[in-house]
Amino acid sequence: MANIDLDCRGMNCPMPIVRVSQTLKTIAVGDTITVNADDPSFQADLEAWVRMTGQTLRVFSTADTIRTAVIERTR
Amino acid sequence: MPPELEALVARLVDARVEERLRAAGVTDTNRASLIVFSGDMDRLVAAFTVALASAASGLEVSMYFTFWGLTAIRRRRTFAGKTFGEKLAGLLLPSGPATAGTSRLHMAGIGPRFFRRLMRRRNVASLPEMIAMAQELGVKMIACEMSMQVMGIRREELIPGVEYGGAATYVADAAGAKVTLFI
Repeated sequence: MANIDLDCRGMNCPMPIVRVSQTLKTIAVGDTITVNADDPSFQADLEAWVRMTGQTLRVFSTADTIRTAVIERTR
Repeated sequence: MPPELEALVARLVDARVEERLRAAGVTDTNRASLIVFSGDMDRLVAAFTVALASAASGLEVSMYFTFWGLTAIRRRRTFAGKTFGEKLAGLLLPSGPATAGTSRLHMAGIGPRFFRRLMRRRNVASLPEMIAMAQELGVKMIACEMSMQVMGIRREELIPGVEYGGAATYVADAAGAKVTLFI
């Protein structure tokens, strides 16, 4: 169960989601991506993206302006 | 209606709809189909933002560029072998997405420059970056041949990787799409 870190700080909509989807293609089912982003719509967009693509959002936390998410590739 | 019966009916209806769509040649319904009619920078940014988000969300995306929208996929101007009217149209239209104007507050070119600066400051990807990213993500781009003829735009003026088609090409794509937009 490997993890990849993805830094999307400084990126604005829709680039964090584009990067997440690109990174997901490079990992195996069961692996995770830990993303940091400061795009204000990141939470809403990521939750929508997870619903669309059938992946799993394990953790979402916000500290100051930085949103941190852990996404598990489930399919 | 008991829930089991309702579920059964829903399954049968789904299967029938799928069968009909397949018979009509509409195979993949997981698609977004956009008509890009406008050549305004702000509208193009909106179109490509939706296209990128759709591609990232697993949809197959096709964008039809027609009339002013052809600006988005234009890379240069040519004049050789064109009629006077075509040369004039070619000269008056933007040579590509980097020089597209804004739909409002254009102010003789000050507006677009101002908005590009604001977008850069806010870390919004530029239009040329978005177009390159869309190609990387496999977004299908189709140029409308009829409007190319009207505007006197030749194939060699458009970016590589573009496909060509007409209204029926769009309709066949859009008929099976979950998202269709006219921008």
